[in-house]
Amino acid sequence: MNYSAIRKILGNVLEFEALFLLLPCIVALIYREHQGIWYLACAAVCLVIGRIMASLPARRDVFYAREGFVAVALSWIVLSIFGAAPFVLCGDIPSFTDALFETISGFTTTGSSILVDVEALSRTSLFWRSFTHWVGGMGVIVFILAVMPKTGGYNMHLMRAESPGPSVGKLVPKIRETAMTLYMIYFGITVVELLLLIIARMPVFDAFCIAFGSAGTGGFGVLADSCASYSLLCQGIITVFIILFGVNFNAYYFLLMSKDKKAAFQMTEVRAYFGIIAFCVITIGINIRGQYENIFLAFHHAAFQVGSVITTTGFATQDFNLWPQYSRALLVLIMFIGACAGSTGGGMKVSRVLILFKVIGREIERYIHPRSVRSIKMDGKACDPEMVRGVCTYLGTYMMVFALSVLSLTMIESCDLETIFTSVVATFNNIGPGLNMVGPSANFAFFSPVSKYILMFDMLAGRLELYPMLLLFAPGIWRKS
Amino acid sequence: MKIIVVGCGKVGASITAQLAGHGHDIAVIDHNSSVIEEITNSYDVMGLVGNGASYSMQKEAGVEEADLLIAVTNSDEQNMLCCLVARKAGGCSTIARVRNPVYSSEIGFLKEELGLSLVVNPEEAGAREAARLIRMPSAIQVEKFAKGHVHLIKALIPSGSPISGMALSDISRKLQADVLICTVERGRDIEIPNGQYVLQEGDTISIVASPENVRKFLVRIGLDYKPVKDTMIIGGGRISYYLAKRLLQDGTRVKIIEKDLQRCEELSELLPTATIIHADASSEDVLIEEGIETCGSFVTLTGMDEENIFLSLFAQSCSKAKVITKVDKIAFDEVIRHFKLGSILHPKKIIADTITRYVRAMQNSIGSNVESLYHIMEDRVEALEFSIHEDAPVVGIPLADLKLKKNVLVACIYRSGSIIIPNGQSVIEVGDSVIVVTKEQGFEDIRDILL
Repeated sequence: MNYSAIRKILGNVLEFEALFLLLPCIVALIYREHQGIWYLACAAVCLVIGRIMASLPARRDVFYAREGFVAVALSWIVLSIFGAAPFVLCGDIPSFTDALFETISGFTTTGSSILVDVEALSRTSLFWRSFTHWVGGMGVIVFILAVMPKTGGYNMHLMRAESPGPSVGKLVPKIRETAMTLYMIYFGITVVELLLLIIARMPVFDAFCIAFGSAGTGGFGVLADSCASYSLLCQGIITVFIILFGVNFNAYYFLLMSKDKKAAFQMTEVRAYFGIIAFCVITIGINIRGQYENIFLAFHHAAFQVGSVITTTGFATQDFNLWPQYSRALLVLIMFIGACAGSTGGGMKVSRVLILFKVIGREIERYIHPRSVRSIKMDGKACDPEMVRGVCTYLGTYMMVFALSVLSLTMIESCDLETIFTSVVATFNNIGPGLNMVGPSANFAFFSPVSKYILMFDMLAGRLELYPMLLLFAPGIWRKS
Repeated sequence: MKIIVVGCGKVGASITAQLAGHGHDIAVIDHNSSVIEEITNSYDVMGLVGNGASYSMQKEAGVEEADLLIAVTNSDEQNMLCCLVARKAGGCSTIARVRNPVYSSEIGFLKEELGLSLVVNPEEAGAREAARLIRMPSAIQVEKFAKGHVHLIKALIPSGSPISGMALSDISRKLQADVLICTVERGRDIEIPNGQYVLQEGDTISIVASPENVRKFLVRIGLDYKPVKDTMIIGGGRISYYLAKRLLQDGTRVKIIEKDLQRCEELSELLPTATIIHADASSEDVLIEEGIETCGSFVTLTGMDEENIFLSLFAQSCSKAKVITKVDKIAFDEVIRHFKLGSILHPKKIIADTITRYVRAMQNSIGSNVESLYHIMEDRVEALEFSIHEDAPVVGIPLADLKLKKNVLVACIYRSGSIIIPNGQSVIEVGDSVIVVTKEQGFEDIRDILL
């Protein structure tokens, strides 16, 4: 382990967190809230510690995959701890466990909240809470890679550890330009959404927070009823954009910057993603039509909820906990699928699910023709067998972590299984709300601190796609070499 | 520049390493996903898995905007096809590695018809370098500038040499040979010395001079200067063939030891005047029987680095021959240089240098072109030759008045047939070839020597 290289990366992360913490200070200035002082203080502390950690010389700058994984996992933990500090200090969320839960939920773009009354929070804290979604959506490390000058090839280990999807590639030869391109697309679409929301007469502060929440596919709202009290037009805009943010960003790259525009529409994953959404919206719309005055409204709410859940955002306009069983079950199922790889969404990712289905197909064929040879293809190209193997192991690990989390929560908590099951589904897949006691109109406040830490681990593991977090517990990793 | 490298073997990887270090946008294509993963992990390049000759693959790598495609897969035919496709698809410059002797002899035609900008042949380049070393056995490395009119050689100062203890500023006067000492390697340090620097026994020096002055200098510092009469080559691969052909033309006797009978027969057909021995050279008896103790030079060119190194160590211990060792695996440089292996031949590095020179020359087709580029002194020093055009900001100013970067030396000026070893009053003129020695990497234009 090259500890000094990891220390330097953590230092950089803290320096950038200091930068991010300045934004809520501006909000505090505008609304004349005294909480801003604490954010400024935290920014100063982050800057000092970060500068010291980053400027001490490293023994060696080169690092390998395991350092990359560990550095990313630790970065997210450090980021969350320092991000939680101002909530506690300014008194908005007095308990540290709760503040940490809220911050991790923010950075991992989950959107599960422990707040009983959201509207009681200061504007400064509300803004910071939503802004963590935006930072966490595309990733802090990716952001650092985009702005830091000249980086070596080994930084690919960092990008790979943080970016979601079964295989992480580059859009352009240089890692810095790739990261920059991703952030430009991300920033651009966020700005468009923000402007549209403001034009649609959403209050400016809400528009900022909702735009951050949907861009990072997070789901923290600023009102107690999430998005229910916004106009139908605003809800429609949010629906469109959360679905757009769940698309693989490579598609936008092809569409906006590459000559090969057709490639964007030919991506199997993106097609499957829209296919799943269409299927869910239509069947749920029909299923819930009796509860609404007209069919348009039924489809409007079906589309919002489906988009919000499949992209793992977690905004709500309706309490889907009150919907018929079929709709509830389907929503829980698509929580597992999640958005496309290379998007800001969580879950297992559509591409993994596609590969899994193809593997199942191949296995069935093997029973019929034991000597048949078939390679798994995506977008007309054969997948690397290593990648296919990785997807299968991912599913296994995923199920294992999931089962263990559910089991340990049932040991601690006394509530019903549906609540526990969906609370793990909602945090592990970075969605936000689950069913029953953790439904869209409820919150996670009633869990005991131990359960909260388990759920925090699930959120981080889900966002970083398991292995970086699991690696922290592998005994071999900490050995000096 | 946007560059596509097809084939990520040893040559591909070392070119990628050099070019990525200079900040080019590089896409690497190889059909083997594990080598692609390795290269993208160590360098900031984009890796693609697939067939580099396919149009759709090249398009994915961005051939339409690319400036250069370098095809270095292990198949000549595929390399040429890659270049042809790239030429038609993107209109970029192309470099192909072609090493089959059958194609090498027709290279002019192929280059013209396929629109290749440059054809590289590592085996031939390696053979050329080995032949140069055999002609000048007391040098460790010999490089040519200004179409062969200026030599840069690397040599070890022998014990008891009159040059040890001498300051650099006295050397030309005392030895009556017009030479310039560019770099000195002492222990682990490599320096570009000034006039006060005092040489010692055991220093490795590099000098620039005309071929006659090099010869005079070597004799006067106590090194032999006699071309060898005979050569023993171990291994009968392509380099051996090219080398033997060159040496036989010069009238050197050549003996090749090869263990594959069929290859021996092929070689004896191709090289009727060479002595071909069918034997396994890893046996001490065979080598002694074939006269290792008395041969003038001994070249190990088998496909195994380890075997080459052992054979060379043995040759150093039992004979006075000039020893040349081929080493292909680029790693472990540090270890290898502590062995007494004579001159080390790195065919892949020679090619990487040639391609790097081409890329740098491409980048400034208007300015002063890089005509030659060599890495000397364990790759820590670059020696470059620039041809000076009108707009260069160094023209017409005495060197003493130019503000040069640290560790940059103007080593030689070649002006219409005459060689000038420059001093402070020397002036660079339009049309000159200027040789610059520097510890910095990545010079593209003569103006890069200025602060």
